[in-house]
Amino acid sequence: MTQLDLVPLWAAILGFAVLMYILLDGFDLGVGILFLLRKNEADRDIMMASVSPVWDFNETWLVLGGGGLLAVFPGAFAIILPAVYFPVLLMLLGLIFRGVAFEFRGVPEANKRLWNIAFACGSVLASFAQGVIVGMFIDGFKEAGGVFVGTSWDWVSPFPIFAGFGVVAGYALQGATWLIMKTQGSLQVWARRVAQRVMGLVFLFIAAVSVFTPWFSPRIAERWFSWPNLAFFAPVPLVTLLLAGLLVRSADREREVLPFVCSVGLFFLSFSGLVISLWPMIAPPSVTLWQAAAAPVSHEFLMIGTAFVLPILLVYVVWSYWVFRGKATAEGGYGHE
Amino acid sequence: MSALLLSRLQFAWVIALHILLPAFTVGLSCYIATLETLWWATGRDVYRRLSAFWLRIFAVSFGMGVVSGIVMPFQFGTNWSRFVAATSSTIGSLMAYEVLTAFFLESAFLGVLLFGRKLVPQWAHVFSAIFVALGTLMSSFWILAVNSWMQTPTGYRIVDGKFVPDSMLAIIFNPSFPYRLAHTVTAFLVTTAFVVLGTGAHYLLTGRWREEAHVMVKMSLWFLAVMVPVQVAIGDAHGLNTREYQPVKLAAMEGLWDTGRRVPANLFSIPDDDEERNHFEISIPVLGSIYLTHDPNGLVRGLKDWPRADRPVVPIVFFAFHIMVAIALLMLATIVWGLVLWPKRKLYGSRRWLAICRAASPLGFIAVLAGWTTTEAGRQPWTVYGLMRTADSVTPSLTTGDVTLSLVLYVISYLFIFGAGGVLIARLMRIGPDVPERERATLDRRAARPLSAAQPAHDDRAKAPVLPGTTGGDDDAA
Repeated sequence: MTQLDLVPLWAAILGFAVLMYILLDGFDLGVGILFLLRKNEADRDIMMASVSPVWDFNETWLVLGGGGLLAVFPGAFAIILPAVYFPVLLMLLGLIFRGVAFEFRGVPEANKRLWNIAFACGSVLASFAQGVIVGMFIDGFKEAGGVFVGTSWDWVSPFPIFAGFGVVAGYALQGATWLIMKTQGSLQVWARRVAQRVMGLVFLFIAAVSVFTPWFSPRIAERWFSWPNLAFFAPVPLVTLLLAGLLVRSADREREVLPFVCSVGLFFLSFSGLVISLWPMIAPPSVTLWQAAAAPVSHEFLMIGTAFVLPILLVYVVWSYWVFRGKATAEGGYGHE
Repeated sequence: MSALLLSRLQFAWVIALHILLPAFTVGLSCYIATLETLWWATGRDVYRRLSAFWLRIFAVSFGMGVVSGIVMPFQFGTNWSRFVAATSSTIGSLMAYEVLTAFFLESAFLGVLLFGRKLVPQWAHVFSAIFVALGTLMSSFWILAVNSWMQTPTGYRIVDGKFVPDSMLAIIFNPSFPYRLAHTVTAFLVTTAFVVLGTGAHYLLTGRWREEAHVMVKMSLWFLAVMVPVQVAIGDAHGLNTREYQPVKLAAMEGLWDTGRRVPANLFSIPDDDEERNHFEISIPVLGSIYLTHDPNGLVRGLKDWPRADRPVVPIVFFAFHIMVAIALLMLATIVWGLVLWPKRKLYGSRRWLAICRAASPLGFIAVLAGWTTTEAGRQPWTVYGLMRTADSVTPSLTTGDVTLSLVLYVISYLFIFGAGGVLIARLMRIGPDVPERERATLDRRAARPLSAAQPAHDDRAKAPVLPGTTGGDDDAA
């Protein structure tokens, strides 16, 4: 009996979930990262209100990514999670604190200062931890016989830490460009200034990672620079340059939506670059998607439901963003009516 | 302490605090759906006021349930990676289905339920309430299927040390699943009903919101009058199932060391794992065989039938089980007393009974925790009963120091977050169902997120903040 190989499709679905998470939770984590930098409390209310209707949706993609990895590529889940034991812990605690801060902050008689700090620090912590986890994928996981054989402190090494700061900067850019799109007046002017400062950092990180990875990994260098791959993948860095230029030009002008679109594009391309570098490894440097996959019958069983549910879910996400379109106000919603 | 024991403590800690929230939100979403349906059918405004009141509390609990729930799947990977590697083909997809069918259903309709009363037709609002309740029940379905498979695994074969599915249906509908699902969901409903009863009793004792309190007390009393006896019956059936499939667990629950017929019912004792006997035992002869086998001469196997390495820690299982049963009896007594008062028309006037109901409101949570402890500690020393040991499931790379650090951080964080959440829920209960018909028209679908519904509007003053975006954009920097 030959079975349909669902591994590539599942990899695509999981990749999609992770990308959605990075793009969507990226901007609301970014707003959290920038939160304490804006001293005006009324503006903070607006900043928070700009993401409050959608953040928990955004976070659901993380649960789908994590739960999906467990179900579909358990071999990778069992190697990666122990390796990022502490980054995951920090991410979860960060998400918990910022998640409830979101909500507790607005309650009557709540200690607003405390929850402001919890929101900002939780956001920074969660973003940094996610960057460390991404960095670990480049650094690789020590694996033998399907078991992680490193220590829980492998993440304390230059590249993951560097990537941690990179993701904080990247999410801050997402947050700043989101605020350009969603706010007006002095807050928007401020967001433009922040975006201009942060984007320099982001360019620096993208460039550094682009140089670092092929430099230290012959396999990744081979992937990018061998012919004809070079021709196929050349658009990635070229479009990145184009978007960077567009972002620089649009951030200080009247454009409100374009900076955010550019930032999303940069994230998309960076993520594509990562996938290109790592494919078909799911727990680099040695475990492939196929080695880590669950039994084919499990893939089939889960695909039957996913094929129905995922499209419905996407319709709802698009609809909810549509409901909350327009500029943010401090009322916890948007003044589009 | 070893990384293994600390990992178990950590899992116990994060799941014990997490389970308190579904124990409440599953029942509460069903109660809210009932109230919404009743309001739709009868038009009595008290149902709407009650629904609005409980919705605010539901929103807070649900938000905390979500954030503490995100932690759970990651626990499997970080601390129990060998368990994941071995079992994911069988149960991983069930957990993924929970995300896809339950979490998205809940979050999709929660917004409409919380903020959409004035924005959608009433039938759509009622259906949103029903769909949220359905979502929580679906979630229970999948996660209890996973847990039940760990207790009574079927539908698998073992290839290279990994569990591979033979039949997904047999994996989901394993022998203990129907009993566990019924017992757990009923426990969640009963838990919530006791909170509702206690809250109503509290308002009657303090003389506030009489109409709401009457409805709460009456509804929950009648519900409990049916469901508590039903739960006892389901529990009995679940016990028979455990005797068949997990006899060691049953022996530990009973504190029974020697196999025999006409075994006693052990009311109290201190089981001793080392000496393999009970201290200070108080028991009733023959009763054990009667309720465990429904036959006075029924044979019940004792702990000594199994090697020590295959037994759970008996005192934990024994006490957890007995606490659960004791609470069931307390609940039963409370309900029977209420039913005696009812025909005498003293239900709302008997301060003693009302005080007991108020004191009884947290009982369900304790019973849920005790029951959960019984079944989980009773499964030990296995993660997959009889097939995979807990000691073989833990992540090998973890050191004692690693897990100590993470456990301490989880404990401190959860104490802080759950403490703050508890204070908030207490504040909402104190404020009570006093919802002035406020700026609902402006109260937005726009803030469609869980906890923001927790803000009761005390003041009706129409605030007119001059904020960017509300003034038509004339202060637009552009």
